[in-house]
Order: sequence, then structure tokens, then C-alpha cells
Amino acid sequence: MYRLIESILIPVMALLLSLLVFSVFIMLSGSNALEVLATIYRGAFGSWFSWQNTLVRAAPLMLTALCTALPARIGLINIGGEGAMVVGGLCAAVVGISMNGMSPMVVMSAMVITGMLTAGCWVAMIGALKHYRNVNETISSLLLNYIAIAIMSFLILGPMRDPATLNNPSSFPIGEANMIGNIGESSIHWGLVFGLVVCIALWFLMRRTSFGFAVDMTGGNIRAAQISGLGVGKLIIITCFLAGAATGIAGVIEVAAVHGRANLSLNSGYGYAGILVAFLARHNPLAIIPVAILMGGIRASSGLLQRGFDLPDATTLVLQGIIFIVILASESLYGRIKWLRPMAVRHG
Amino acid sequence: MSTAMPYALEAIGISKYFAGVHALDNVSIKLVEGSFHALLGENGAGKSTLVKCIMGYYQPDEGQVLFGFHQQEISSPHQALMLGIGMVYQHFTLIPNMTVAENIIMSRPQLPAIINWKKEMAALRQRMEDMPFAVSLDAPVTALSAGEKQKVEIIKQLLLDTKVLILDEPTSVLTPTEADEVLGKIKELTRGNGLSVLLITHKFREVMNFADEVTVLRKGKYSGTEKVAGTNPHKLSEMMIGRELAESSIERTQSTEQTPLLSIRDLVVSNDHGADIIEGLRMDIRGGEIVGVAGVSGNGQRELMQVFSGQRDKQAGNILVHGEQYSATREEMRRFKLHCLPEEPLKNACVANMSVADNLVFRRFDRAPFAWRRWLIKRRKIRQHAQELIERFSIKTPGTDNPVGNLSGGNVQRTVLARELADDVSVLIVANPCFGLDFAAVEDIHKLIMKARNNGAAVLLISEDLDEILKLSDRLHVISDGKLVHESTPAEADLAMIGRCMAGHGVDHDNEY
Ligand SMILES: Nc1ncnc2c1ncn2[C@@H]1O[C@H](COP(=O)(O)OP(=O)(O)OP(=O)(O)O)[C@@H](O)[C@H]1O
Ligand SMILES: [Mg+2]
Repeated sequence: MYRLIESILIPVMALLLSLLVFSVFIMLSGSNALEVLATIYRGAFGSWFSWQNTLVRAAPLMLTALCTALPARIGLINIGGEGAMVVGGLCAAVVGISMNGMSPMVVMSAMVITGMLTAGCWVAMIGALKHYRNVNETISSLLLNYIAIAIMSFLILGPMRDPATLNNPSSFPIGEANMIGNIGESSIHWGLVFGLVVCIALWFLMRRTSFGFAVDMTGGNIRAAQISGLGVGKLIIITCFLAGAATGIAGVIEVAAVHGRANLSLNSGYGYAGILVAFLARHNPLAIIPVAILMGGIRASSGLLQRGFDLPDATTLVLQGIIFIVILASESLYGRIKWLRPMAVRHG
Repeated sequence: MSTAMPYALEAIGISKYFAGVHALDNVSIKLVEGSFHALLGENGAGKSTLVKCIMGYYQPDEGQVLFGFHQQEISSPHQALMLGIGMVYQHFTLIPNMTVAENIIMSRPQLPAIINWKKEMAALRQRMEDMPFAVSLDAPVTALSAGEKQKVEIIKQLLLDTKVLILDEPTSVLTPTEADEVLGKIKELTRGNGLSVLLITHKFREVMNFADEVTVLRKGKYSGTEKVAGTNPHKLSEMMIGRELAESSIERTQSTEQTPLLSIRDLVVSNDHGADIIEGLRMDIRGGEIVGVAGVSGNGQRELMQVFSGQRDKQAGNILVHGEQYSATREEMRRFKLHCLPEEPLKNACVANMSVADNLVFRRFDRAPFAWRRWLIKRRKIRQHAQELIERFSIKTPGTDNPVGNLSGGNVQRTVLARELADDVSVLIVANPCFGLDFAAVEDIHKLIMKARNNGAAVLLISEDLDEILKLSDRLHVISDGKLVHESTPAEADLAMIGRCMAGHGVDHDNEY
């Protein structure tokens, strides 16, 4: 009970504190902080239109957050979501383009599977490097991001480039028929359903199955896992693979549901924002859902802020950054809030 | 400080509650200046909690702590350090990947912003000469054995010029000889330098030999304070458990088994630095036999244990169970019924932030009845199972869902024992199983190990406590420098010879027995 209260209270307090710091920043830049916050709210959750905007942005965040959350459960700090999303999206585009003409259902499935497999292997590599060669996973995942982005730029600006795309260099299209469409009449694509389903499924895997139990053991104390005979290396690699596979879907969505082709927007920061979502959600796949919606909202309000207050585009990034830092700092508060303790005793 | 004030430290009417537990209930202790005061009590009696309240690590819910003449309240460990109260905690507090010297220097409460390492190191080396024991200053802490780490912890405190030194079971990881040496030296300091010492221990021998006064806790309550000169172990154990401990002997059945159950063949294992610490170890253990391995810590015992527990790869050689290869996989552990009880259980065999119930099913969580089709975890079954084991092994915990890291040191040990010994055991590898346990628990554990043996298990008992080895084993070896240098049986044991072998100059290393 005490732990539950704590794990809700601390992030909420951290969020409030970051809004406060953000307000100071806004005031310093000469705008009315309250109005700005109200606008962010309106842009995020004020109307059905803004909700749709928010949810479309939340979908990839749910998936990229898993790229940090799952490895964190087994004790690795992985920031390779950006690279995994790029790899997944890019490979899915290659498959989609080359299979163009076949039955859409087959093409779509092939794209999703390819995205999952390639991004999964990409992140599994990080886990393998860590376990077998003791390469620091944070560094290697960061470097792999750069490699993924460089490969993407090379392909999209080079061999895969559709000459018809001038301003926004992109690959050839995967074909209108092969696109993953929207849910009903809304402007929300099916990616949101992918995000929700994957988060719930992985929550179940992590919290209710023997696999998740073994992951918790390994993440909690690798020696205890070893003395129980668990194949620690295999667990790490599988967990990283799952994390990557989830993120790969985000890349597929970006290609097959949003743009219809691979372009440089695959690298638009969803991977990095996912790190923030994972930490806010304390690496719990279920908690990732609401947090991703919150973050999606902040991103969705960016346009309105720009138009309404003449604030730079980066303003919402500043807010994200502030939240991230405050959240990381708040990690040290767990188990230390004195006035919460007596409550725990009373509820015993 | 004025010598007119008789007490170096007073804790008056301390009470402390944790979620669901009344850890301390109106406990008082008064430490006479320049005296050596012992604190006794069963596992979970609240000893560690009491000294943590004194150190300001916990805030007591009731009562106050007064330090010397100033009657000062202590609000944080840092403040305690500044006042000259130092403590060696039951669990190690050294930073593993820093060297011994770095750890010692970093522990000073007031460090300059920029450390002149050269000067500090020179000063440290000089002061080390007065210390009761030698440690290698440049070794990383990870490479040290439990005994060596404990020495560093004590030296760290001694170097801080503490006036009051609190030691939470410092000797549980030391051999009796080492313990005598350490405590002897500390006792000298109380005579010469006016140091006051509060020692938590489970060993009556240490209380009787070194302490001036002793305070006893029973189940979180104050049970009394005695002058050591006027008491005896019987009286003390009665104060501890509320009744006299019945003398019991451990039954040992004779086994007729002749073929070895566990064989170690030319085992080569390297330490953390990649140097071979065990070279060509050979040993056979029959079913129904306990083979003891005695030795000073740091001679390869830890690495030997880790090969069995899967925490370290062997370089060469074989481990055979029933003639079949063993390579520390989960499947083999289960098939061979091989169980390990490593030293420092919280660090080596538990996940501190997982619940007691979870920690109790580490071996079986992916099997029926705890998992449906080996896949879906059944929390209810896990709790039930925990409830049973908690009762059977008398683990003191507020509940099955309490994180195991919150249990008292001895109860963490019991949790691991319960997990490893509850099922059928056919090979048992044990390292220092009784570190930090009270006398009743030691007796229990010895019985459990003997019971496993009597049921036909092959037991490898690695221990730094020679008395324990002499008491339990059927045969014993001495390990020195990664080699078995002496073999005998408890009945024929030549203690002088064993002592020499342990010290590393008994036998010429090049020709084995
Ligand atoms: N942080 C905590 N949260 C909850 N319960 C705790 C915590 N620390 C200690 N306890 C409980 O308080 C009681 C006393 O524990 P303590 O560690 O003081 O025992 P101890 O006398 O030092 O025993 P040992 O000889 O085994 O070290 C135990 O029942 C323990 O489970
Ligand atoms: Mg204790």
C-alpha cells in the first residue's frame, strides 16, 4: 500500500514541480505562464481534435518507452530507442516497397514482422555486447543510434530516394493500399491499438509470468539469479529483443501509417522522448500508457504555442527536459518520505 | 571531554516501529566511558535497529540518545561521525570498485574539495603501521574476501579517531584467531585511549573474554545489563531467550556408501584478476558424508563456491555428480538436487527488494504448483508456500510480502536456508553458514546440515570456523593458496598441524599429500 501511494505521489509531485520551473522559464521569456499552461492543456486535451492529435503522438511513445523500460527491469540502462525505431521503420519500408503489388494484408504483416525482427536484433545486440563483452550498454546504445541514423540518411538520400520528393527527401512510397489506416472516422491510426496492446501484453509478461519473475530476479541481483541457475545471458538478450521489437513497431507505424514512405522524420525524437516516458512510468509497461498520453499531449500542443505566443518550437522540448531532470532527481526520494511512513504503519 | 561524566553515550527509552513490527520497545543502554560493552540478543531482537537509532540512521519514535557531556541529540550518521561516534555496520558499506585506500580516505566526514592523493596515501601508509592488522591498500574491494573487508571496515573507523566505536557483529566473518586479535587490539584502545566500545555479537566467548558489561535484548525489549565479571553464558542465554537452552547433541548415522557422489577433477579457477587461484583441485565426496574445507579466507574458498553456484566459470577440470558433468545450469541443479548456501546471503543469494515470499521460490517459481504450465505465476501459492517455510524455519518477518532486505541479518540467512534445505538435497555446498547467527540458530543449522547428510547427501562444507568443521565433518581438508594441503578426520586431527597448514607453511606446496 505504502509503496503504491509513494509510486503515484512522487511522480505527481515531480510533475508539479517541473511545471513550476517551466513557468519561471516562460515568465523569463516574457509570456504569461498561466496562459501558456492553459494553452498547453487546450492543445493537448481541450477538444476531440486535440485528443486525436495527442493520441497519435502517444502511440509511438508507448512503444519507444518500452525500449528503455524493459531493459531497465533487467538492470540495463538502454537509450537506444531512437536507433531501434529508425532501423525498424527503414527495414519495414524496404520490405513494403519491394513487396508492393502483393495482397495488402500480406505486405502489412510482412512490414510489421520485419520491423520487429530487425529492431529486436538491433537492441539484442546491445544486451549481448553488455553480457558477453562487458560493453557499457548506455554508451553502446547511444552510439548505435548514430549509426542507425547515418545508415538511414545514406539510404534515403541515396539509393532509396524517390526523385519526386524534393523538399522532404523520402524513399519511394509503399503504396496507398498497403498503408495502415485510421480507426473509424477519426484521424487516429491503428498504431494506437498496437501501442496499447503491446504495453498491456508486456505488462502481463513482466508481472504475471515466470519469465518476468526471472527478469526481476536478474535485474534485482544478478548473483541471486545465477545461484538459481538462470541463464542470465539468454534472459538479457531476450528482454532486449522484446524491447527492440516493440520499438520497431513504432518505426513501422511512422512509415506505414503516417507518411506512407520512410523519411528523415523517423528520427524526430520519439526514441529519446520514450526514455523520459519510461522513467516517469518507473519502467512499468502499464504505467507507460497514461504517461505516454501526457507526453503526447505536450508534444501536440507545440503548434498552438508557437502560433499563440510566438514561443519557439523548442519550448515543449524545454518542458520535456525539465520534467526529465526533475523525475530523475525524484528517484532518490523513494523510501525516504518521512510523513508517508507513519501512514504505512497505521495501515500495517 | 571531562572524565567526571561517567557515560560516553546514553540511549534512554528508545522505541522504534516499522510497518507491522515493534522492533524496539522502551530500550535503554548506557555506555560507560572507556569501557567495552557487549550487546546480546537473538536474531531479530533489535540490536542493529538500536545502534542505528543511536547513529541517527533511524530516528527513534520515542526516547532519546545523549552523547557524553553535551547531552546532544543525534540526527544523522554524519553528525554522529562529527561527534566522534563511528560504526561498523552488519552489512558491508565499502564501495566495491574503489580500492581499499580510496575507501578509507573517502570515509572522512570532512574531506577537502580537492584531495591530495599523494599526501593522503603517505599519511595513510604511516598510520597503517599502528593498525591491528595489515590489509593491502591498493587492492580493489571487490577482490577482498568477507574477512578482509571486515578488517578494512574496522580500520576505516579506527582511523577516524572515534571516541565511541559501535561494532555490529564484526567478528561473524572472522576466524576465532582473527577475532581474538581484533577484539584484543580494540580492548587495548579502550584502556589506553579512552575509546568506548559497543559490540554486538552472538558469541559468548567474546563477551566473556573482552567485555566489561553486557546488555541483553529479548524480542525488542530490554532484558537487563550485567557486569561480565558477575555472570556466565548460561545466565546470559537465559536472559536472551527467556529459558535455558537445552543441551542437545547432533545425531550422526553411519553411511555405507562407497562410490563418490560428487567428484571434483583437476579444477582450475581464476580470480577477479584472471590469475589462477585454484589450480588442479581434486576431491571426492561420498553420499552421506560431510567434507570440511578449512582455511583462512582468501585462499580460493570464495571462487570454489562460485563455480558451484554458477557465478564464476571454471577454467579447466570437471565437476561430476553421479559421474555426470555439472556446469551449474538450472536444469542440472534440479536434476542433481544440488543446492548452495553461499556466505553473505543478502549479496549472493537474495534480491533485497523482492519479497520474502518471492525469495523463497527462486528455485521453483517456474514449476508446478507455483506456475501454471511453467509459465503463469500463481502468487497465492507462492504466499502459502512462504507461510509454511516461515513457520517451519522460524523466520522472523512481519509478513510474506516484506522485502527480504528489511529482515535482520540472521533472518536473511534463515530465508536462504529455508529455500535451499526445504526440499530433497543430494549435493549441498555450504560456505560459512553460521556467520551472524545466534547460538540457537547455529544449532538449528548444524542439525539441518547433518540431517541432509544422514539422508544421503554429499556435503561440502567450506568454513573459516575450524570448530564448526571439526564438529560437523567426517573428513576435512585444509585449503591454502588454492590447494588442498592437508587431509585428516576430526578424530585424528592434529590442531597444531592444521594451524600451520592454514597459515600456509605447513606443507611444501609442490608435493601434495
Ligand atoms: N527497515 C526495516 N523495515 C521493516 N522492518 C525492519 C527494518 N529493519 C529491521 N526490521 C525488523 O526489525 C526487527 C529487528 O531487526 P534487527 O535488524 O534490529 O535485528 P538484530 O537484533 O540486529 O538481528 P540479527 O542478529 O539477525 O542481525 C526484525 O524483526 C526486522 O525484521
Ligand atoms: Mg543485526
